[in-house]
Amino acid sequence: MFKSITLGQYYQTDSVLHRLDPRVKLTATLVYIICLFVVNSFPGYLFAGLFLVCMIRLSHVPFGYMVRGMKAIVFLLVLTMTFNMFLTPGEPLLRIWKLTMTKEGLSTAIMMAVRLSFLVIGSSLMTLTTTPNQLTDAMEAMMSPFKKIHMPVHEIAMMMSIALRFIPILMEETDKIMKAQMARGADFDSKNLMKKIQSMIPLLVPLFVSAFRRANDLAMAMEARCYHGGEGRTKMKPLVYQGRDWAAYLILLAFFAGCIAFRATSHMVPFPLGAIN
Amino acid sequence: MSLTIEDISYTYETGTAMQVTALDHVSVEIPDKQFIGLIGHTGSGKSTLVQMLNGLLKPTGGRILYKGEDIHGENFDRKKLRAKVGLVFQYPEHQLFEADVLSDVMFGPRNLGLTEEECRRRAHAALRNVGMDKKFYEKSPFDLSGGEKRRVAIAGVLAMHPEILILDEPTAGLDPKGRDEILGLISEMNSRMDMTIILVSHSMDDVAEYVDRIMVMNHGHLVYDDIPAKVFSHYQELEGMGLSAPQVTYVMQYLREQGLPVRTDIFTLEEAAAEILAHRRDIHV
Repeated sequence: MFKSITLGQYYQTDSVLHRLDPRVKLTATLVYIICLFVVNSFPGYLFAGLFLVCMIRLSHVPFGYMVRGMKAIVFLLVLTMTFNMFLTPGEPLLRIWKLTMTKEGLSTAIMMAVRLSFLVIGSSLMTLTTTPNQLTDAMEAMMSPFKKIHMPVHEIAMMMSIALRFIPILMEETDKIMKAQMARGADFDSKNLMKKIQSMIPLLVPLFVSAFRRANDLAMAMEARCYHGGEGRTKMKPLVYQGRDWAAYLILLAFFAGCIAFRATSHMVPFPLGAIN
Repeated sequence: MSLTIEDISYTYETGTAMQVTALDHVSVEIPDKQFIGLIGHTGSGKSTLVQMLNGLLKPTGGRILYKGEDIHGENFDRKKLRAKVGLVFQYPEHQLFEADVLSDVMFGPRNLGLTEEECRRRAHAALRNVGMDKKFYEKSPFDLSGGEKRRVAIAGVLAMHPEILILDEPTAGLDPKGRDEILGLISEMNSRMDMTIILVSHSMDDVAEYVDRIMVMNHGHLVYDDIPAKVFSHYQELEGMGLSAPQVTYVMQYLREQGLPVRTDIFTLEEAAAEILAHRRDIHV
């Protein structure tokens, strides 16, 4: 039942994007998100969209696989669009009962939808091409300046990688527990809210018990291997920038500059809806 | 004929790079009151097959009939089916959740909508059947030993009064004594309560002593489906699948190679002892 959640799960294949240094990908994702808020015109979004399409092509991740992951945010998308459409003051376009849809509202709604979907696809592209371990390595490396102000950077990164590592394990465990309880006649698809909450108990109790047991075992295993935090710890695969990483940074810089150029040359209306009237 | 499996297939993660065919056109008949051993290496598809039998997984091809009715048909009540086809999973930790043993065993019957009294009666009977003493009833299931937990888990399914009981690796992680006790218990349920048993295992020694029939799975195919003697006669092929014949069979083969004219189609200790004794005049030391 959890198999359908593809949002952010690593997709194993070989591509330029997979081989890139995770620090590049992390930076690129942050820059891309900033860019989505920098551009504010139709050509600007087209530019950002084209860039995204190119990246998806480069990643060798099937497009259908990504779109399936988008299902999770459809609700959020529809909600934001509705609110924007009806609650933005401006020139009325359509009247439904007491609500008025305005031209400005429709235009903002489309812009929000585009932003949100680009944002989700963009960031899931990072997690689809980067293993959780690489990602935490990148975070640790990029946050290391904060060690100076006594921020426990290594510990935070370690906790993150453990948490990420346990997501698939606990999901699989949830699946097994559900099946074991369903074999005893448990009903997890009840429409009744009270029954639904009650039916969670036989699922959550074994899940928590097992999570604590696993945490205990892991702590023991780490101590048995003399883990003592980040001090003086070396890496088996240290992050080293390659030629392609610098090239990627250059492309990113060009994209960022392009977005600023679009912002500078645009007028404020994101989607010209002059045709509708 | 209570369960008929017609040409079922199952594919995980269809349409992605991780696509795996767990079952490939398998057909099997499960008659009443039989004790069946389902053997296969890890990843052979045996666990997938048993989850099909009570409708937890839906086959991607083929159909499963319970008393002639398609279990994925529109009007079929799969919740009722799960009471009739009981499935005990490998890890009791995956199902024990209540504060005490008795309530945990009552979980299944309660889901069937029975009265509190009937649930309690069934739970008592089930716990007695698995040999759990009254003094355990009030204990937390998390304080029990591995073998005791497994008994409680089996009782939890037994209390639903299944006609077919499927046990997935019920002896994994148990010491030899616990193993013998659990297997003895299961065998008794088959002979005394006329229950159809499907015992999933990867150990031939586990099943050799008790079962009427062995089904061997390999790479999603049903390779052998026969009485134990016939299946074990393919011991060389079994070894190729990462399985083996029972240890005594190897002993008998060794004795024969060494010149003692014993039969080699032997797979329990008692039979082996009798056969060797029968040939004691041929033993020259």
